[in-house]
Amino acid sequence: MEKLISKYFVEGKTFSLAEYEQDGGYQAIRKALEMKREDIIETVKKSNLRGLGGAGFPTGMKWSFIPQNTGKPVYLVINGDEGEPGTFKDKYILRHAPHLFLEGVMIASVANNVHKAYVYIRGEYVKPIQILKKAIEEATAKGYLGDKIFGKDYKLEIVVHRGAGAYICGEETGLLESLEGKKGQPRLKPPFPAVVGLFGCPTVINNVETVSYLSFILNRGPEWFAGLGSEKNGGMRLISLSGHVRNPGVYELPLGFSLRKLIYEVGGGIPDDKKLKAVVPGGLSAAILSPEEIDVGLDFDQLRNLKTMAGSGGVIVFDETTDLVKALTVTMRFYAHESCGQCSPCREGTGWIYRILKRILEGKGRLEDLNNMADICAYMGGTTICALADGAAMPLRSYPQKFRKEFEDYIQNKEKQLQTV
Amino acid sequence: MTELFNKIFTKEVLAKIDPVVAKYETRRAPMLEVLHLLQEHYGHISLEMEEAVAEYLKVSPMDVREVVTFYTLYYTQPKAKVRFNVCRTLTCNLLGAENIVKCFEKHLGIKSGARTQDGKFEVKEVECLGACELAPMLQLNDDEYFGHLNEAKVAELIQKNK
Ligand SMILES: Cc1cc2nc3c(=O)[nH]c(=O)nc-3n(C[C@H](O)[C@H](O)[C@H](O)COP(=O)(O)O)c2cc1C
Ligand code: FES
Repeated sequence: MEKLISKYFVEGKTFSLAEYEQDGGYQAIRKALEMKREDIIETVKKSNLRGLGGAGFPTGMKWSFIPQNTGKPVYLVINGDEGEPGTFKDKYILRHAPHLFLEGVMIASVANNVHKAYVYIRGEYVKPIQILKKAIEEATAKGYLGDKIFGKDYKLEIVVHRGAGAYICGEETGLLESLEGKKGQPRLKPPFPAVVGLFGCPTVINNVETVSYLSFILNRGPEWFAGLGSEKNGGMRLISLSGHVRNPGVYELPLGFSLRKLIYEVGGGIPDDKKLKAVVPGGLSAAILSPEEIDVGLDFDQLRNLKTMAGSGGVIVFDETTDLVKALTVTMRFYAHESCGQCSPCREGTGWIYRILKRILEGKGRLEDLNNMADICAYMGGTTICALADGAAMPLRSYPQKFRKEFEDYIQNKEKQLQTV
Repeated sequence: MTELFNKIFTKEVLAKIDPVVAKYETRRAPMLEVLHLLQEHYGHISLEMEEAVAEYLKVSPMDVREVVTFYTLYYTQPKAKVRFNVCRTLTCNLLGAENIVKCFEKHLGIKSGARTQDGKFEVKEVECLGACELAPMLQLNDDEYFGHLNEAKVAELIQKNK
């Protein structure tokens, strides 16, 4: 299979500006600078590029919502918070191909008439941040960033902003708050960031990986890119594969690639040839799938049809020995810890669920707990400012729905070895 | 400028921070960066520093307090010299994170969240660090990642950082 972004993922290597150029880099931005803005957006629309941060929103369409006549500057904000558990791909891009990423930032900027872009990266990514800062210095020294990029009358500055350890700052408006020097508490929408975003100005927010595909699209054409993927899901994406598989890692696969093949061929199958129990298909916030459901293509629409999501592309595999009550407890502990505390259904709901699950795990569960959890879960979806609670509700609904007996056995003390977390 | 301000924002510190702050549109926006840089310089963020930051960014001390306590990467107390942040989220948990915490317990005699008596080592459980391919994994001193951990590796990490 052809590699696009991942051809740069050479162990221990970061491609320098010179090496990237030798490989044909920084040609697409030159092309973009000759194009009309609207034509770049049209090209991206035709490519069916979807947002790869989690929501899968069509990128070209997102850009077309940006009002250009407000008299205010337009900002580009890149989301490199990579907080969704099970996801680790943006780290590879920043580490190995910082210039591919920067070229994407440049193209997205030119397309949206942006002269200042912020790149928000989670603070734990110390090395990737250093690498990116160095790449920006290289590009600035070469005149690819600055007052007249590539000798054209176009100014572009890129500022790297470090996060400080908060999952919620991956949510785009939490991220904007954080970029403005505040707690990362998401904003009520509307207004959407496209209209009122960073510093009150129209703002484009895209994930690191999303923009890293732009140079390929401009170089080789939107039809080619769209043709790589499945219907309405253009191109390829980086799947982060982890859990009980022989070869965990980042794999670049066409949208719509079979989940079964991912686990058994690309991932090498499950260690000791154990059986599959369940799989998380799109980051921790996705509903789990049972082994009967893995003949599905990994794209935004097919997974939505299964009432789960492609999300951030983080696939976590569970073998038959996995204790699902415990897995769900660990999952809900995460949301309880990361809820920003703004909305009651999320703040109270995630903590409450975690306490119930912990009790079940410790052998003190009651059968009505399952109905109570379902009830609390129903109040958590769609009732809050941001989608963190919806993300928590997805696993919470799916585990007991698909594996109810396992929860009941636990409660009725049929599990001999009780646990805690 | 108050005396407190001058004590915290020395010439040396300002030389690092001023250029960063200059990149932002508003005075308050670089708050996270300012706190990171101060922490790199002083080791942690004290109450005094919070006040000085408020003066520097022209916000109230409460605005700074809110930020310092919201994010997990800021330390409000002096740090242990060697810090093991063990990931406890799903993939790491599936692949034995709890056992890794127990290995630290065995070799250092401290539970997760605690510090050795000499104040040198600290072990803490944290949420997913974006390195699940390395599970079970940890971050050492808020910098380097170590993965595919087992008891031997834990013992080696402790030994190397003694
Ligand atoms: C709780 C929560 C956490 C999120 N975390 C991330 C993240 O870490 N990285 C990311 O790119 N998007 C994340 N998102 C999605 C962003 O809100 C946003 O949709 C995305 O950055 C847009 O970029 P894209 O269209 O290129 O995907 C998160 C969303 C929610 C609700
Ligand atoms: S779950 Fe441990 S690094 Fe992601």
